[in-house]
Amino acid sequence: MTKSSINQTWRDYQDIAQKGLWNNNQALVALLGLCPLLAVTNNSVNGLGLGLATMAVLMTSNILVSLIRHWVPSEIRIPVFIAIIAAAVTIIDMLMHAYFYTLHGILGIFIPLIVTNCAILARAESFASKNSLDKSIVDALFIGIGFTVVLVILGSLRELVGNGTLFDQAWLLFGETARGWTLHLSADYTPVLLAILPPGAFIGLGLLIALKNYADQKLKKPGLVNIPVEVQTSN
Amino acid sequence: MKPELKLKQTMLRAAGLLSLFVVISVALLMAINEFTQPKIAQAEQTALHQLLNQVMPASAYDNNLLEDTKTLIEPEYLGSHDPMMVYRARLNGEPAGLVIETVAPNGYNGEIRLIVGVFYDGRVAGVRVVSHRETPGLGDKIELRKDDWILGFEGKRLTEDNANRWAVKRDRGEFDQFTGATITPRAVVGAVRLTLDYVNRHTEELYD
Repeated sequence: MTKSSINQTWRDYQDIAQKGLWNNNQALVALLGLCPLLAVTNNSVNGLGLGLATMAVLMTSNILVSLIRHWVPSEIRIPVFIAIIAAAVTIIDMLMHAYFYTLHGILGIFIPLIVTNCAILARAESFASKNSLDKSIVDALFIGIGFTVVLVILGSLRELVGNGTLFDQAWLLFGETARGWTLHLSADYTPVLLAILPPGAFIGLGLLIALKNYADQKLKKPGLVNIPVEVQTSN
Repeated sequence: MKPELKLKQTMLRAAGLLSLFVVISVALLMAINEFTQPKIAQAEQTALHQLLNQVMPASAYDNNLLEDTKTLIEPEYLGSHDPMMVYRARLNGEPAGLVIETVAPNGYNGEIRLIVGVFYDGRVAGVRVVSHRETPGLGDKIELRKDDWILGFEGKRLTEDNANRWAVKRDRGEFDQFTGATITPRAVVGAVRLTLDYVNRHTEELYD
């Protein structure tokens, strides 16, 4: 490989990473996968658990879709993608049930529901089916991180305001050693219930989106047009 | 080649490929299921055992609670038309206590599932909430994680003399209610009381 082609590959990776984390963040820009996002983020650990599970599904589906992209005729590609995603989700559901029993109980229906997370089919269709394996892996990684980070931030925010704690129940994910990880705000803090209840999810996500748009505006150099946002074809 | 024939061929190829994918997926799922099933069953047993030990101290019995069980269908006393499990604790073969699944059907937001541990002499060994949908921050103080209210049952008995004290304070009983939430603790106290009533009436047959 020549030096310039290596440079080009790196630039591609950087571009994919930047899109996944920021410009085309699935939760803040594409607004995909909001149902689980809003439902489980009443604390940071739940958010992290669902985020990691989603990332694992995304990684599996992107890898497989990219590998088979040349020999699946386009008429049946969507059912094939769905079969792959459904299988990946079911496998991860069973593994979590076996190894993270309590957390699996809390996340409940939202693990099987990852199948219906549009973000995953959208990445399979709009990225992995058109790009090489290495790029699809990078894409799954950063799209997954971008989604997980939003879940964790939203979860932490709601937990902090609505419960006065942070990383409560971290042992569900990290084992017994994590039992002491819970951080408490001062003892006389009165929790704002609204943050834990469903409206808190909408308000919190709205604030995060607003914050991101504000940051984009601040970052934008004067005289430069808006950064084009990749439009999702699927919903 | 004729166009119809070509179309037919493409369709057959697509159908074949799609079936191949489904077959591979199903095979993979079956393999993983085979592999995780025993682990899930084991995790379930461990979780159940830990839960039962919260309401029946492990030192009080020496039999395998999970295998010495009985099912009851007592909608009037246990709040549900489904069969409820009773786990029977014995020490040296003698009755030591019971752990009974019960339901408070009248929670603020639907059913509250409980387990109640009762010693052979009728004292409450412990009560825990297994699942509920009460309002976070108000009704969820029935969870031990949020508040130690549920420990207030320990050591109490239900007798003919004190039956009217088995209620929340607002109903002239002796159990605290929560600020802003009376319905939830009232439902839990009521369910525990009915369970104890049932145990008192049927003590001997429950150990049979």
